[in-house]
Amino acid sequence: MSGLLELRDIRKSYAGVRVLDDVSLALAPGEIISLLGPSGCGKSTLLRIAAGLDQDFTGGLSHNPLLDFGGGSGIGVVFQEPRLLPWLNVAQNVGFADGRGVDGAWVEQLLTDVGLAGQGEKLPKQLSGGMAQRVAIARGLYQRPQVLLLDEPFSAVDAFTRMKLQDLVVRLADAYGIALLLVTHDLDEAFYLSDRVLILGGSPSRIQRELAVPLAHPRDRRSAELAYLRGEALTELTL
Amino acid sequence: MARATGVAGQIATAPCANAPRSSRATRLGALRGWVVPAVLLALLETVVRLGWIPGYLMPAPSELARSMWELAEGPLWEHILASTLRVLSGFAIGASLALLLGSAVGISQRLEAFLDPTFQALRAVPGLAWVPLLLIWLGIDETSKVTLIAIGSFFPVYMNLVAGIRNVDRKLVELGELYRLSRRQQIRRIFVPAAQPYLFTGLRNGLSMAWLCVVAAELLAATEGIGYLLTDGRETSRPDLVLVAIITLAVMGKLSDSLLKRLEQRTLRWRDNFTGGES
Repeated sequence: MSGLLELRDIRKSYAGVRVLDDVSLALAPGEIISLLGPSGCGKSTLLRIAAGLDQDFTGGLSHNPLLDFGGGSGIGVVFQEPRLLPWLNVAQNVGFADGRGVDGAWVEQLLTDVGLAGQGEKLPKQLSGGMAQRVAIARGLYQRPQVLLLDEPFSAVDAFTRMKLQDLVVRLADAYGIALLLVTHDLDEAFYLSDRVLILGGSPSRIQRELAVPLAHPRDRRSAELAYLRGEALTELTL
Repeated sequence: MARATGVAGQIATAPCANAPRSSRATRLGALRGWVVPAVLLALLETVVRLGWIPGYLMPAPSELARSMWELAEGPLWEHILASTLRVLSGFAIGASLALLLGSAVGISQRLEAFLDPTFQALRAVPGLAWVPLLLIWLGIDETSKVTLIAIGSFFPVYMNLVAGIRNVDRKLVELGELYRLSRRQQIRRIFVPAAQPYLFTGLRNGLSMAWLCVVAAELLAATEGIGYLLTDGRETSRPDLVLVAIITLAVMGKLSDSLLKRLEQRTLRWRDNFTGGES
């Protein structure tokens, strides 16, 4: 396989009702893909399947053997909410995968990367929502993954924080050569970040349309190309 | 006494004065818990001195202090030590077993189906009902007493730990799955820390059960211990001995609970919770 992560003909039912029907996608190294769709369309479910958290589906899920090098699964996950362990401090949360055998220098490097240098001793209750999500991003990167799965990671923070975090994630993905699969219901976010946008919709959900975004990073949020693509997506979603 | 209540009066009005929280104010605030006992003691002293209650039934607090002083120079410490050792060993055994079984039952519905009904039935048995059986099986020496205490302190810890584990946020459990933690690691790194608030409630309840059981055990058969002091006071018709034993129990119970509470506060520093209003 050429991709890092491949989902083939995924079908998934909840209580007899099919929510996903024949969804396929492949994530190439370094690529950024967004799954865009209204809430309840099964996009988070698809991400959970990709992360291995949901085993109850039919279809194929294959990981590139390259992913199995290194400590973890080669896949990092950032959830909608930070999901920090409240009894561990920031540094312990970032290095959670290794417990006591944590690589302190790497944790400090990641905290610097996400703009939280020297804050490793703080407890989660002392952090703002944006800071907590930065910690969660650092934790997602700790095991040096090649794929980072993000489940609406910026939906719970304010607009300015969101823009900062979006830039942060793109920069880190580029710096560490990580492919991103991002679930979002935010049109701006999807087109600003991704190389490809997959629009999920219908009942049961299928991939309705795939839009390529052939623009280099860093991008201008106000560019006409992005506006045009957003319009295309909007047409698709409101049909 | 009068001076103590005078200080207490100041303390009670301090928060109303809306003063800034100086270190002196917080130090006085810590004394608020002494107000009620001080007033009660003063009242009792007066009533007994006035002869409204006969002294052979209710010795005055000053008389009690003298009895306590005499005992403190003699056998009181041995009694305290004997009871404390029993409480500590019984509580250690009961709480450890509860930690083991509670975490196992907490994370496994299958184990719960097998074990929990039995535990619930055994929990319904009052601790004292075990005493005759323990005496027949284990004799009247230490083993039966420690076993009774272990049984008594097991259930509060067990119940609270199971409830605590069942209350752990599913999302945190999922994090453990994501990081491919083994069952043991999940218990150690997620379930037990997350259930800590419940666990401490259980431990504190278990400890007070342990003190309850030690008295019950010593009342029935012992040659030393605070419970023995109680029996001794009754048999020799000395209410002062009984009262000294009761006060000792109150002090020891409060002391051990305070230690556990301090440990709880230190361990649960991470909690982001409501700590009670000032009014």
